[in-house]
Amino acid sequence: MNSRLINWFKLSSPATFYPFAGRMVPWFSWIAIILLVIALYLSFFVAPTDYKQGEGYRIIFIHVPVAWMSMFIYVIMAGWAAVGLVYNTRLSAMMSEALAPTGAMFAFLSLWTGALWGKPMWGTWWVWDARLTSSLILLFLYIGFIALKSAIEDPRRADRAGAILLLVGVINIPIIYFSVRWWNTLHQGATIKMSGQTSMDETMLIAMLIMTFAVWAYTIAVVLLRVRTIILERERDTTWVRTLLQEGNRR
Amino acid sequence: MLDIFRTLLWRDITLAMRSRADLVANLFFFIIVVSLFPLGIGPEMATLRLIAPGVVWVAALLASMLALERIFAADYEDGTLEQMLLTPQPLALLILAKVAAHWLVTGVPLVLIAPVLGLQYNLSGEMLQVLIVTLLLGTPSLSLIGAIGAALTLGLRGGGVLNALLVMPLTIPVLIFGAGAVEATASGLGGIGHLYLLGAILLAALFFAPLAAAAALRISAE
Repeated sequence: MNSRLINWFKLSSPATFYPFAGRMVPWFSWIAIILLVIALYLSFFVAPTDYKQGEGYRIIFIHVPVAWMSMFIYVIMAGWAAVGLVYNTRLSAMMSEALAPTGAMFAFLSLWTGALWGKPMWGTWWVWDARLTSSLILLFLYIGFIALKSAIEDPRRADRAGAILLLVGVINIPIIYFSVRWWNTLHQGATIKMSGQTSMDETMLIAMLIMTFAVWAYTIAVVLLRVRTIILERERDTTWVRTLLQEGNRR
Repeated sequence: MLDIFRTLLWRDITLAMRSRADLVANLFFFIIVVSLFPLGIGPEMATLRLIAPGVVWVAALLASMLALERIFAADYEDGTLEQMLLTPQPLALLILAKVAAHWLVTGVPLVLIAPVLGLQYNLSGEMLQVLIVTLLLGTPSLSLIGAIGAALTLGLRGGGVLNALLVMPLTIPVLIFGAGAVEATASGLGGIGHLYLLGAILLAALFFAPLAAAAALRISAE
């Protein structure tokens, strides 16, 4: 057997992943903090004022990365779900469970910052624009997944039921997105475009990209922390968790 | 294989016919929801006519969510479902038969009563025709997609509400094109494109939904 494959599966065991995740958390936390500070500085002090939208546009430095992340996390969750169903690994389901609250938070944040942006720019908190609507539906999908997971008491059943829901959801997302888009264009014709009128200044783009990486690092750090807790909770009856806890108490 | 499909279809229809009160309750739920909207919005015919397709479609969606709770529940409680899981025939086919029976006894009555409700909303003859066609194409998709949710939430506390929470976001395309076809007809654009898309969704759901529901049932009935 190929040695890389063995290494990969070695980490898929909760007992080896737990300390590995513990070592990774501080790294990603620091990366997140440093990048966040740089990105905030760039976006508030360096990036030029938009000639059309004034200072208010600066919320996109948070809005866009957060919206990207909210979509991306769902796809990653579905990927973990597929891995979990195929290889029957416990850790995959724990990962998708750990990702869900962060994804839901980002979906909510993207709607919230979008509303804050929309009020000064469009004069309204909410427009039934295709993107806004599909973000809202994405939030519903996250909430459905979390609700299903918490309704099932047997964790094994919850994992696999959640995995099927995620896979069904990820197949549906493009269909939902396009149907919402067509619905929107059929209803009201040209709405205000969220992008495309102005080509973006380079510093704006850099600030946004750095913020995106900050959001990534934050997500990884938080998810690893959460998955550690889930591992401890699920594996509490195993010997390695017991010895770990006893060692921790002694220290 | 077709034998078991036919047998299961007849069995489910017969069972449903023996407890007709459930079906009538479902139908009246649909009628009441549609009739409540004018009371909430006001009797202006122009406004009502505008919202009619959406109202009828949302009500059909809600009614089909309510009915879906029962699709596997009785078989799960008396153990029939376990026997179905053990049969050599493909489970997806059995699910397709159950969904078909379920749609025939809950979906078709909605389609038949919809024109009467459309008249209450002052829809024109052409719009009524399109409404019927969209419901005929769309409600089977609702039943198929809903069956996945029903299989996932089988035997859970508060399964009905949870099922609605899971399934409703997934049925949004059906709602959009269903109501959209009627509106497009009303505005003179022609709703044929919407109808094609509804048909496409139905075909995709016919193929994928029984497979997903079969996988979900195996997990739930473990």
